[in-house]
Amino acid sequence: MIEVLELTKHYNDVPAVNAISFQVAEGETLGLIGTSGCGKTTTLKMLNRLIKPTSGRVSIGGKDIRQSPPEQLRQHIGYVIQNIGLFPHYTVADNIAVVPRLLRWKEKRISQRAAELLEMVGLPPEKFAQRYPHELSGGQQQRVGLARALAANPPVVLLDEPFGALDQITRRQIQQEFKRLGGLLHKTMVLVTHDVFEAITLCDRICLMDQGNIQQIGTPKDLVFAGLNDFVRDFFQTNRFQLELQVTRLQDLLPWLPHKEDRESHADGYQTSQSLLEVLEDAGTSAAGASQITMIHPDNTVRQITSCEDLLLAFYQYKKTFQLA
Amino acid sequence: MQLWQFFVSHQQEILQQTITHLVLTAISTTIAILVGVSTGLVLTRYPKAANQVIGVVSVIQTIPSVALLGFLLPVLGIGPEPAIVALFLYALLPILRNTYTGIEEVDRSVTEAAKGMGMPNRQILLKVELPLAIPVIFAGIRTATVATVGIATLSALIGSGGLGTFIFRGIALNNVDMILAGAIPAAALAVLLDFGLGLLQPQVLRLLKPILVGVAIIFLLLLSQVVLSNLRPQPLKAGFTSEFVERADGYPGLQQHYDLSLDSVELDPGLMYEAIREKKVDVVSGFTTDGRIDAYNLTVLEDDQQYFPPYYAAPVVRGATLRKYPQLQPALAELAGKLSDETMIQLNDRVDRLKEPTQTVVQDFLNQSGFKTTINRQGKPDIIIGSKNFTEQYLLAEMMGIVIENSTDLDVELNTGLAGTKICFDALKKGAIDLYPEYTGTGLLVILQADEKTLDEVGQDREDVFQYVQKESKQRHDLAWLPSFGFNNSYALIMRTEDTKKRDILSISDLKRYLESL
Repeated sequence: MIEVLELTKHYNDVPAVNAISFQVAEGETLGLIGTSGCGKTTTLKMLNRLIKPTSGRVSIGGKDIRQSPPEQLRQHIGYVIQNIGLFPHYTVADNIAVVPRLLRWKEKRISQRAAELLEMVGLPPEKFAQRYPHELSGGQQQRVGLARALAANPPVVLLDEPFGALDQITRRQIQQEFKRLGGLLHKTMVLVTHDVFEAITLCDRICLMDQGNIQQIGTPKDLVFAGLNDFVRDFFQTNRFQLELQVTRLQDLLPWLPHKEDRESHADGYQTSQSLLEVLEDAGTSAAGASQITMIHPDNTVRQITSCEDLLLAFYQYKKTFQLA
Repeated sequence: MQLWQFFVSHQQEILQQTITHLVLTAISTTIAILVGVSTGLVLTRYPKAANQVIGVVSVIQTIPSVALLGFLLPVLGIGPEPAIVALFLYALLPILRNTYTGIEEVDRSVTEAAKGMGMPNRQILLKVELPLAIPVIFAGIRTATVATVGIATLSALIGSGGLGTFIFRGIALNNVDMILAGAIPAAALAVLLDFGLGLLQPQVLRLLKPILVGVAIIFLLLLSQVVLSNLRPQPLKAGFTSEFVERADGYPGLQQHYDLSLDSVELDPGLMYEAIREKKVDVVSGFTTDGRIDAYNLTVLEDDQQYFPPYYAAPVVRGATLRKYPQLQPALAELAGKLSDETMIQLNDRVDRLKEPTQTVVQDFLNQSGFKTTINRQGKPDIIIGSKNFTEQYLLAEMMGIVIENSTDLDVELNTGLAGTKICFDALKKGAIDLYPEYTGTGLLVILQADEKTLDEVGQDREDVFQYVQKESKQRHDLAWLPSFGFNNSYALIMRTEDTKKRDILSISDLKRYLESL
């Protein structure tokens, strides 16, 4: 869906982005991560022409982005920024309606769409549509920002540290909702973030940059378990264990878990798509929970029983598979 | 209350001037808003130019308003036009700067989001930046409006009308009620406008279109009025000082005596000669010994009906001072009769046209007449000499000072440039000054306020007038009139020589006949 070829940006002969190339498949979420000044935000802004590249090519949907007028290009790309940037003098509904109005949608369709989006982001329209941004909390504002970006149903959404201005707790909450939402929407997304945990949780693939160059692109698992160079390995060294647990899903561990089925109990269980970290954090709070963990396969077919111990043992086995490669 | 009575008796004129004042403010502020806001918006797209442009406009603000008005006189003349230009220039800075700053200070995330969403630049400016900048812009407009009301009082100096007319006339005549009659409505106007704008502010975005239409209509109406009134062929325009307009021996009496009616404006005495030279006015009130009459090719109209009384110049001294320092009398007697009309005109000319310093001119003259002219003004003075605020008075005061210093052992100080007859008189009575040069005619009509009967008795005779004035001043006010310097400096109507030749006007009666023939 998005193709970037030898994209370069120089500021006074200093390369902020150094001839990088990557692709983002349709429906995929790509994370751009790296240290401050590595060029991730510059790269993002070259995708919607907010920054003009020094050289290189960007095409979206097969079309070179230089072929459309910039305003038109941007009206078909959702854009979410850290400080949100809601228009303070517009109501929530009017904020969401900005791009649809630019595209000359009929008013009725616009208000329907706004209501729909507000429901989707968890802000009931009856309560929130006529409010002004200053009446909302940071988290609520960011949700409106998201709704606004999705208003005209753009195929591509660009997000620049979208949750950066929120506190830790709100951030985790919103990330979960975002993950769930992302699954529903099937949009192609590029997400810039400095929050490594966020990147590995929300993104299908991650592109790690340093000083304008790509150090590695791959799935979160690739980067966490199989870093290609010292830089990548060092980058994920902080909280490494936590990251590894987050990246690993229950389903990855099945090969190493005893097959004990549970036909009778209707106790709560965990989807096999959930991350190991989530499950351990939740189950590990009590001794009982830790020893009896129910895993539910997709389609609710099989319910398998395991324990924290077994899971961890399986985890180390799983890890080994990466070292052998 | 006295003030209230004044308001009531002058209510017609006060109302008229208030409306004029409002119109001046409205037109200049409106133009300033149009220019200031649009320029401010343009500058936000060229931030490098912004500092320079705003810098230039700031400099304009530092020019004293009166100076700017005088500066515009030869270019734009007198009346409302130069006033509107000057007021516009002063209103510009707050509006321009606030527009620029207001837009610059809009949260960058908001404009970034707008741009990233694909909003065209023009829409970002009109729908996002401008509405968010309105509070700051409006604050600038309010500041400018209130300031303009204040500065518009000064434009009365160049004959624009407005409430300043009352203020300056009141100052010239030392009439507090008159000053307040101008100041209070001006202050009230400023407060009301500010209040009104404050009420308007929260609604301004919503009402923007009707406001713009309404303002455009009113503005065009007013502008057309101003333009039309200036295009109508004016027969002759007169410029008079405030004192001349109010004095019994000035315009009012002249109107009566000659049955004369002129289309007139009030001007600052300093600007009057410029105004007539630049043909902004055709007739001015002046003095017969003014050096500029020859220099500017002007002619004095003959007072053929003998309206103006004699105005022989003489020192007027406080009785108390004279008794304390009797040596003043013989000292000043040395100057008696020493100045002829021609001599006085020459001395005035040297200062006004040749721009020589007053002291030099006086010393030259005295030296030639055999006086010593050492000047040593230090320490506490024994005598304070006052004067009014035109060249001849400065010369006479300096002259008396030097003579007293050199002929007696007294120390002298000058406190010159007092703004009118009444002010000098009050200063003299109070003892703020000890003596000043006055004119017999002025003494007769303004200080002693002689009535019809007395005027008839005393008539035009030089000696009779002097005797009468001397006797009455001593009796009523304990003031002594010492022998006159010798020259007669009468009030006069003055026109450009080319005009008098072209229209065949030699006397005031000729002027009247000319006006009637139109």
